[in-house]
Amino acid sequence: MVSEYLEQPTEGTPAEVTGSAQPTVIECRSAWVKYGDNPAVKDVTLDFPAKQVTSLIGPSGCGKSTLLRSFNRMNDFIPGIKIEGQILYHGRDLYGREVDPVEVRRRIGMVFQKPNPFPKSIFQNIVWGPMINGLAPRSGRKAWQQELVQRCLEGAALWDEVKDRLHESGLSLSGGQQQRLCIARALAMDPEVILMDEPCSALDPRSTLRIEDLIDELRTRFTIIIVTHNMQQAARVSDLTAFLYEGNLVEHGPTQKIFTNPDQKQTEEYITGRFG
Amino acid sequence: MRALHPGQPWPPTRTDRLFRMLIWSFAAGLLVLCALILWVLVSHSWPALQRFGPSFLWQTTWDPVAEQFGALPFIYGTLLTAAIALAVSVPLSLGAAIFLAELAPTWLRTPFSFVIELLAAIPSIIYGLWGLFVLVPLLKPVQAFLIEHCSWIPLFRGSPYGTGNLAAGLILAIMITPIITAISRDVILAVPRAIREAAYALGATRWETIRGPVLHYGRAGILGAVLLALGRALGETMAVTMVIGNSTKISASLFDPGYTMASLLANEFTEAVGETYVSVLLEIGLILFVLTIVVNALARLLLWKVTRDAGEAMKE
Ligand SMILES: Nc1ncnc2c1ncn2[C@@H]1O[C@H](COP(=O)(O)OP(=O)(O)OP(=O)(O)O)[C@@H](O)[C@H]1O
Ligand SMILES: [Mg+2]
Repeated sequence: MVSEYLEQPTEGTPAEVTGSAQPTVIECRSAWVKYGDNPAVKDVTLDFPAKQVTSLIGPSGCGKSTLLRSFNRMNDFIPGIKIEGQILYHGRDLYGREVDPVEVRRRIGMVFQKPNPFPKSIFQNIVWGPMINGLAPRSGRKAWQQELVQRCLEGAALWDEVKDRLHESGLSLSGGQQQRLCIARALAMDPEVILMDEPCSALDPRSTLRIEDLIDELRTRFTIIIVTHNMQQAARVSDLTAFLYEGNLVEHGPTQKIFTNPDQKQTEEYITGRFG
Repeated sequence: MRALHPGQPWPPTRTDRLFRMLIWSFAAGLLVLCALILWVLVSHSWPALQRFGPSFLWQTTWDPVAEQFGALPFIYGTLLTAAIALAVSVPLSLGAAIFLAELAPTWLRTPFSFVIELLAAIPSIIYGLWGLFVLVPLLKPVQAFLIEHCSWIPLFRGSPYGTGNLAAGLILAIMITPIITAISRDVILAVPRAIREAAYALGATRWETIRGPVLHYGRAGILGAVLLALGRALGETMAVTMVIGNSTKISASLFDPGYTMASLLANEFTEAVGETYVSVLLEIGLILFVLTIVVNALARLLLWKVTRDAGEAMKE
């Protein structure tokens, strides 16, 4: 059974580089991701500890999205994609033959760059995922849905704004609200990891701050990996930062250190805005 | 450069004005054309309208010699064959469209799509001939079997002629399938990747993604395709005339011969003698015209309701 296979708790290797005491949830070992023959991610070895926010930074085209999307097998749909090396989830190969990608995506949720709510009601946006995945109980479904919607919207700091209009279209919300709806939708699956690919790049500064506050609240319950182009954002929200350049991992460590005293000159130059 | 004053509309240039007039005249031309058709139909069917009144719609006798006319058999035949066509064609076309857009291997998509578009371009007389020489003989044994074993259902009574309502409905289904398939395929392909990715990221399988968000997103377009096809099915003349059997009797059986408004016009218009007969046929034409408009209006209403219920802004 695939679900059992993924469910079995295993000892994660303690993250040595980061010095974090948390067990590792996702781990790349010499991971390569290639589009046909073009490598977009080259030989990356990187740990993501549990209940920590890790940000992936680097200039445009350096492979951040590619790497992020290989954690929930979102790249599977791209023809010609090749993954080499290993990407482990709780010590087990995410690309092993016995792994069902659908099962992976139930546990590893994702929030995209552009808010992409379904053109359905706010309510429907949230319950659809759990419903198709059979998470709803057989009886008392209505009450269960209501409770779920409220819990997720509260979790995404959106409840107060939309509680009177749950049956209006998700598209009737502002961009920032839509993005929080997408976060709420991801929370509804109760994932272990949430991947975010530039979740604020389409938002104004106020909405951005709200999302950042939200990430701060979610960090105690979820493992979060966030791609961002905004250096202040990386500094504000993340515990750990990884800097990628042309597909290579240049440096990885506590955010504090990366931003104040990086080991590599390249990292410093990128962070201070001298290139990229 | 002309100065722009805040609050004033942008002053149109001469080409702007010319262009606008041109567009307006095209749009107006279409309306005028529609009105002219209606006027011709009404004025020429006026004698019949006066003589038979509204009861023409539900009279079932058709006897040109005795000048007894009723439109019901033809209205019934038109609606019945169109309904058979939709019932057969919609699931088939949707399946084909989903296959083409989502599942078919890439090397198969282009040739497959090409063939389907080719099918849409075949003249209807060819479909009629094919129906007569291939479909009808194929239907005979099937009908005989159904009549023998299932005749407790009124739909399956009568004699296994092959020709009749069922044959006409099936021919129509075959004719409209390429239309629905081609448009639905384009609609499905136009569903943004972001919508699919949202579904996949929630742990939806491919099928759940298609059945849920993809079809939901494309439903207005697919409904539009079905309507276009329905319009064609209601008005199709030649192929239907060849296989429907041309009987003015109303029958609940799918196997009995029937008649549609379009095929009645094709068959009898050239032989119609006398003012009443001709104007009766034009009234049939008028009913067909109005029926098409009503069907379209209903469909628009449905479309509007569907999109409004989802609270979705119409994006067209
Ligand atoms: N679908 C694809 N097919 C082929 N090459 C791709 C594809 N997607 C990305 N690439 C290539 O892979 C490399 C990494 O792209 P990726 O999208 O991961 O960069 P990124 O770091 O997320 O950039 P950005 O900050 O602009 O989002 C780029 O050189 C890009 O051209
Ligand atoms: Mg990217």
